[in-house]
Amino acid sequence: MSETVISIQEVSFQYPDQTAFALQNVSLHVQRGEWLAIVGHNGSGKSTLAKMLNGLHYPQKGQVMISGFMLSEENVWSIREKLGMVFQNPDNQFVGTTVQDDVAFGLENNGVEQTMMKERVLAALQKVGMTAFLNQEPHHLSGGQKQRVAIASVIALRPDIILLDEATSMLDPLGRDEVMETIRELKEKEGLTVISITHDLEEAAKADRVIVLNEGSIYTEGTPQAIFQMDQELLQLGLGVPFSVRMSQLLADEGLLLTQRHFNQEELVRDIWTLNFAK
Amino acid sequence: MDIKLREVEYRYAAGTPFERLAITDVSFHIPSGEYMAIIGHTGSGKSTVLQHLNVLLKPLKGEIDIGSRTIAAGRKEKDLKEVRRRVGIVFQFPEHQLFEETVEKDICFGPMNFGVKEEQAKQRARDAIRLVGLPESVLERSPFDLSGGQMRRVAIAGVLAMKPDVLVLDEPTAGLDPRGRLDMMEMFASLQKNNGLTCVLVTHSMEDAARYADKIVMMHKGRVYKTGTPREIFSDRDSLRAIGLDVPETIHFQHLFEEKLGFPLKRLCLTPEELAQEIRDLRGERR
Repeated sequence: MSETVISIQEVSFQYPDQTAFALQNVSLHVQRGEWLAIVGHNGSGKSTLAKMLNGLHYPQKGQVMISGFMLSEENVWSIREKLGMVFQNPDNQFVGTTVQDDVAFGLENNGVEQTMMKERVLAALQKVGMTAFLNQEPHHLSGGQKQRVAIASVIALRPDIILLDEATSMLDPLGRDEVMETIRELKEKEGLTVISITHDLEEAAKADRVIVLNEGSIYTEGTPQAIFQMDQELLQLGLGVPFSVRMSQLLADEGLLLTQRHFNQEELVRDIWTLNFAK
Repeated sequence: MDIKLREVEYRYAAGTPFERLAITDVSFHIPSGEYMAIIGHTGSGKSTVLQHLNVLLKPLKGEIDIGSRTIAAGRKEKDLKEVRRRVGIVFQFPEHQLFEETVEKDICFGPMNFGVKEEQAKQRARDAIRLVGLPESVLERSPFDLSGGQMRRVAIAGVLAMKPDVLVLDEPTAGLDPRGRLDMMEMFASLQKNNGLTCVLVTHSMEDAARYADKIVMMHKGRVYKTGTPREIFSDRDSLRAIGLDVPETIHFQHLFEEKLGFPLKRLCLTPEELAQEIRDLRGERR
């Protein structure tokens, strides 16, 4: 049975001195254990939406419900325990001098008792595969490793939801895969709800559902497969399409026969072969 | 303006207990007007090399020719202003360095620091803002009211206004959306082709290196691992993988397709457009 963990109802928000709304009448719901990707070009309202979810901004209209509570200045601290954020720049989110101190920081702030804290730090680092680095200095790690430590710091607080705000955009391809794989495992094994805010379409492709934001409103939503069939339209929205979809489009433009825009390279190869080369 | 590095070595915190070798035995040549990409894993020494190109760091061993000027280890280098004007570096997230009240003042700051008169600097700001694809009306606005992509363009205009011969770009599209990324990469390609600028691009994107570079330098553990044309570099998948990199998506797809075909295509395709044409031609021949 599905349970709604986030529900945003008709939220609007406008920054001071701006004529346009950063968010206008946005409503969305997230189910427990779901992986939702929110995509949109720079300035589409993605980051504003992220800030609505953990109380860095409050809606001027509408409301934000998280785990059954309406987000307000009174309960923002307890809500932030339920919803942990991982930010874009891995270098801006370290406070501890070692990996384990860093993960312990949030627990300490929450008054978790010493022996319990040690256990939870270790367990969190285990879940992201970083126990070999307990006493290393965070700034000596690779980008992917840093983000995994940041994720460990978040999950040590046992949130229901993890929010990734462009968390892989500064990483190299291997670092990105590393982080995405960690998230996928956490989602599967721990039943974590994941919201990833991104314009990396390959990253969005891993989600259960994708919401496209444009000019502060929801443009469309659907499964990654459905969203990526929109190819040209996505480009106009300032977004890219995953490689296979782009390749399908180019091949079709060159007059090759294909059954559909493919999402997966193996399937595309099979399709090209069967319809154009096999005798 | 040519740049040549000969056996360059650099250590951070040299002579202290924290000394750390960053690059060693780095030699390569950037011919005038060329587009060169430097690729390598995080920590491979790319950024250290980059900071030598306009002498923000001085080699502890070896030499660097920057045009007619030679920077050698162990020598006191004076008057580096001209070198720094001629080699413009666009650092990661350059928009963080904007500080003036208006875009025009921000762009004029660099040239005026280098002794350009105000009127001329303003003319350069108008030229530079056009080069980066923004309307002149932006000049009057505060840089902080612009979008992230626009702010980055303004920061780049600030570098272009110094009229550099060489443009060094450190991950210039990080954090931009796909449309912004494409526009920006096309802008650099056009500056290189149409304005004769030499481009040095430090990137994680194998796609960009394959599409835009004339030549690629692969860095690994502080050394030059390999140099070559994109075709040379990307036809050797094993050596890329050995240092934690991989071929662009297009080439990966080409390999998958060739496996199915049972024989290789005539050439290695560096862009999806090229590959689509190659597959079309092959089908034409087989019919």
